Amino acid sequence: MTMATSEPLRTAEPKLLRSFRLAAWLGWQIESNWADPFLFAVYSIIKPLSSAAILVVMYSIITQADFQAPIFAYIYLGNAFYIYVGQVMTGISWAVIDDREHYKTLKYVYLAPIDYPAYLLGRGVARFLIGSFSVGITILFGVLFLNLRIDLAEVNWPLFLFSLLVGVFMLAMMGLLLAGVLLLLAHHMWGLGEAVAGALYLFTGAIFPLEVLPSFLRPVGYILPVTYWLELVRRSLVGQVAQAFPTLAGYTNLQLVGILLALTAVMSVLAVVVFRWCEGRARERGLIDVVTNY
Amino acid sequence: MEFAIKTENLGRIYKIRGGKKEDPKELVALSGVDLQVGRGELFGLLGPNGAGKTTLIKILTTLLAPTSGRAWVAGFDVTERVNEVRQRINMVSGGESSGYGLLTVRENLWMFAQFYGLSSAEANRRIKALLKVVGLDDRINTKSSDLSTGLRQKMNIVRGFLTDPDVLFLDEPTLSLDVGASRDVRRFVREWVDQDPTRTLLLTTHYMVEAEELCDRVAIINKGRVLACDTPANLKHRLQKDVIYRMEVSPLNSLGTAPFEALPGVRKVVHRPQDGFSVLELILEKDDALSSVVATLTSADKHILNLQKREPTLEDVFVDLVGYSMEEVEQAEAPEASQ
Ligand SMILES: Nc1ncnc2c1ncn2[C@@H]1O[C@H](COP(=O)(O)OP(=O)(O)O)[C@@H](O)[C@H]1O
Ligand SMILES: [Mg+2]
Repeated sequence: MTMATSEPLRTAEPKLLRSFRLAAWLGWQIESNWADPFLFAVYSIIKPLSSAAILVVMYSIITQADFQAPIFAYIYLGNAFYIYVGQVMTGISWAVIDDREHYKTLKYVYLAPIDYPAYLLGRGVARFLIGSFSVGITILFGVLFLNLRIDLAEVNWPLFLFSLLVGVFMLAMMGLLLAGVLLLLAHHMWGLGEAVAGALYLFTGAIFPLEVLPSFLRPVGYILPVTYWLELVRRSLVGQVAQAFPTLAGYTNLQLVGILLALTAVMSVLAVVVFRWCEGRARERGLIDVVTNY
Repeated sequence: MEFAIKTENLGRIYKIRGGKKEDPKELVALSGVDLQVGRGELFGLLGPNGAGKTTLIKILTTLLAPTSGRAWVAGFDVTERVNEVRQRINMVSGGESSGYGLLTVRENLWMFAQFYGLSSAEANRRIKALLKVVGLDDRINTKSSDLSTGLRQKMNIVRGFLTDPDVLFLDEPTLSLDVGASRDVRRFVREWVDQDPTRTLLLTTHYMVEAEELCDRVAIINKGRVLACDTPANLKHRLQKDVIYRMEVSPLNSLGTAPFEALPGVRKVVHRPQDGFSVLELILEKDDALSSVVATLTSADKHILNLQKREPTLEDVFVDLVGYSMEEVEQAEAPEASQ
């Protein structure tokens, strides 16, 4: 073998960026496995639409098909954007299990000179894109067939884009936290991201106001950043009907943005601390490359 | 920097959780390991399954924290200076087929090269060159899921060399490779180290021949302890005063090796039952002891089918140090040995 240059030709790209970029590339190669377009369609179109359909059927039974009521838009959009919660958290945390159990590459990725949290965040990008596609399809379906009214001229675009960005970052941090937990669980916990998303679904005001919950459960919703994020996204899209959902009606947009930013900051610190702690424990206990024995 | 690898009183204890109510059991995987590997050395860790070889590699490659002692790789402490260590090392485990099956061979390797900050052009150049060396160049655009296990392992080996690390760790690199491929890998490993005096390579093996023929120095490890560490020649020199015989006899069955080991002048006897006969490896202090072995066999009505005097091998050194052959050690541990 001949290695022509003794000095390897290294790039000047910062480690953080490099880790994120390569992981995003890898994640996309894995997720966009078009070899099976049918599975992809089921996954990104049929599944979100059928879950929206269930919701719509329940709604129409309860309200005698009153799709004009402002609360319908709130419920429909809450459910649609909630797709991001499962997708982003799962995309990031699932990478730990996928690398460890399926590809058996976790140890090689882990001992490479990359920033592992940045790598995990990168692995979530593909699911974020697929999630965006599902959200878009779901909303389009609502507009075309269910009289969901979004007046594009009325949409508060800066608020929408800003909230979406902050929200996705916040969800990514929650995903990182779960990834840390998964480093410690040597068992087959592939559904953890979806399970957490499912468990929080009812507490975030996605499909009904928090007032519906028994009062001792409501605080769960009030400390979750997802609650404020969903409210902001909905308000920015269909602002005039915000009062239909009483939970956060008393807050101005600016107040909600402030709360979302503060809770996102808390979540980020928590995620990084928990992740680092779990990572340290995993190294101590020898769990980095443990493969579950079936 | 004096040493490429240095350990001081390194130890690792695993806590094994049994049932819910039981207290966790402790398993000593490594204990009091002091090793020093110089730059430019091809160093071998030789020991049976379960000896602690992989555990040591995991600690040195920052995958696992030690429970006692310290270790340095390329001059940096493996627990405190993780980033510095990672930039300078790479690692490959044999006997597993890792890799992203839906990426091609080139893509798999390219991504890992990029992890180490290699430019795309440099990565592709090295990938081509290395794939040629291992005879995988015609598969460069094959999805790695379409490769046989052996070829995947070759790809994985290329991944290790690709980043031209200062210190490369190979954990049983030829495990599950066929004879030809193993030979190719050994030759390549030797050449790689010889090409550049700053390269250091540590490999683990439980093949005696591999350690004996390939490595500059070998540490013999059993039950987490390093029992001896020297060049293969010097290790065998320990047995210089001994004489070694390989004897084929009619099946020993229940007789066992105890009656022979009780004889004066007999140091160690290893028994390998074969199909229809038994092989006895005898380490004797002097030639005279052979006659009493023969007498014992005769009185037990066993026939000698073949007798051969031979030079000591590392296998004999292992038997001399541990008291058992590596196979015997592995069989004794078999029910719980996992890796
Ligand atoms: N993660 C682990 N948890 C508990 N015990 C382990 C773990 N990994 C290895 N061991 C045990 O530690 C000992 C040394 O294992 P290992 O380092 O894999 O040996 P080798 O590589 O020489 O075969 C063995 O008894 C093995 O069963
Ligand atoms: Mg091993």
